[in-house]
Amino acid sequence: MKKILETKNLCKSFGAIKVADELNFHVAENEALGIIGPNGAGKTSLFNLITGTIKQDKGNIFYQGESIDHLNVPNRCHQGISRSFQIPQPFGGLSVFENTFVAASHGAGLSTAIANKTCIQILEQTGLLSKANQIANTLTLLERKRLELARALCAKPKILLLDEIAGGLTESECQLLIQTIFAIKDTGISIIWIEHIVHALMSVVDRLTVINFGAKIADGPPKEIMNSKDVKEIYIGIEADA
Amino acid sequence: MNKEYEILQSSKVSRASGFIAIFLIIFLFFAPWWAGRADIRLLSEIFLYLSLASLWNLLAGYCGLVSVGQQAFVGLGGYLLFALTIFSGFNPFAAILVSGILGALISLPVAFLIFRLRGAYFAIGTWVVAEVFRLSFAQIQSLGGGSGSSLPVGIVKSIASSKAMRESLTYWMILGLTVFILLSVYLILRSRRGIALIAIRDNELASQSLGINILRSKLFVYVVTAGLTTILGGLIFLQKLRISPDAAFNVNDWTAFVIFIVVIGGIGTIEGPIIGVLVFFILRETLADLGSIYLIMLGFVAIFVMIRAPKGIWGFVSSKYNIELFPLSRKLKEIKGE
Repeated sequence: MKKILETKNLCKSFGAIKVADELNFHVAENEALGIIGPNGAGKTSLFNLITGTIKQDKGNIFYQGESIDHLNVPNRCHQGISRSFQIPQPFGGLSVFENTFVAASHGAGLSTAIANKTCIQILEQTGLLSKANQIANTLTLLERKRLELARALCAKPKILLLDEIAGGLTESECQLLIQTIFAIKDTGISIIWIEHIVHALMSVVDRLTVINFGAKIADGPPKEIMNSKDVKEIYIGIEADA
Repeated sequence: MNKEYEILQSSKVSRASGFIAIFLIIFLFFAPWWAGRADIRLLSEIFLYLSLASLWNLLAGYCGLVSVGQQAFVGLGGYLLFALTIFSGFNPFAAILVSGILGALISLPVAFLIFRLRGAYFAIGTWVVAEVFRLSFAQIQSLGGGSGSSLPVGIVKSIASSKAMRESLTYWMILGLTVFILLSVYLILRSRRGIALIAIRDNELASQSLGINILRSKLFVYVVTAGLTTILGGLIFLQKLRISPDAAFNVNDWTAFVIFIVVIGGIGTIEGPIIGVLVFFILRETLADLGSIYLIMLGFVAIFVMIRAPKGIWGFVSSKYNIELFPLSRKLKEIKGE
């Protein structure tokens, strides 16, 4: 399968803390990749590196076979890399619809008429249509998380980066979210999903990558990875020979 | 599932306020026939401050570019008017338009310098730039150096034959420019570019991740604002007919009062500067005779509004009654019958 995104020897450190340490990983087209790792392992930093909000110290990021190291944040979005934030970052003074309209008109560069249609369709898909005229500041946490997803989708990504989008959701809400993400995957969008709610992740992703201290620990089919000794030791905290 | 929707950018209230605005403009257009000379001067001044306030509001309220150096462009406009008419023989109105373009061009290298600064440092930087402008123009002996100069009689007479006609022409120019500026600010904010500006104001991190080039958006507003402020400066000093560095680059007259107007009226709203300018002139006309106590009173009003209504008078009213006279929002509405 063709790789849509690939990093080569990616390094980034903040002082003594390494958030990416010779990191090599890739995502294939229409693949859903899950990323897990303990807190502070460098998962969100990896998204910041891919979207360009922080610059790597060393190494390269390739998108659709070409280096994107020279592209700034908005340009990477125009190219089709879109993310949701772990801590929701709504445009507080704008309505839900307007939040998505910003993404559709500026991120995807759609004309106003097509942007309007796209936003309505995606708001319906993400269950936010009834809240379309509500000011984003007044949303609940769940609605804010949905808005993160809706807005990222309105930017018409080829690859979608989801940062702990299921965190704080109830079981039934989580099931709805999983269905939504399956539907997104069916439209041909590649996904990288960082998540602590492992069962949600396991039910969607094709492959799982485990990182710790910015380095890749394991990579492979989700079940196999979760059962491996290293992962249990590092991620779940079980003593190896206990 | 097959419901149809439309996106509305206006409401009944906004259409009504649009009509009222048109009638008000027509009414004000005929002011030279129904108002005395002193009233015309006062109206001109109100319009000039309304324009300055709307531009500063766009800059600070929507782009977060809190400049305390807009007097740089007011003064620049005044001096360019004098220079272009005296040295290059321009018609005064042509000179003012040309100076607008020059002001926008000059703001580019200025932006290159001050855009490296953030927040309070940006504010101080803009002030420093304005002081540099003031000191530079004070060096030009042919424009009167530090003590300034008057617009030569021949140039003043070239505007119109009679004094009344000249004052009316200047008034119409100011009224026209004010309408143009308010309309431009409104249309910019209603446009796709405008919603991007509001997005930047609300959340810089998310806005750039969603494809908005923050620097380019802010630069666009800074340059447009600078050009229009320069034009306003030209008109201010065409009305005064006399210029000096201290008057032209005065931080109190061209920035502090403007900030007062925007803050008490409601920063980050289109209606705010309109309310603010009315409050400011009512206070000024009733308290101006009290001398320095007047400024102290202004300070108290500013403090009171900031404590009681941090979003200004309009911010308080609009959040309480949920109205927009000049709507920027895009509302989703279901079309029935599907």
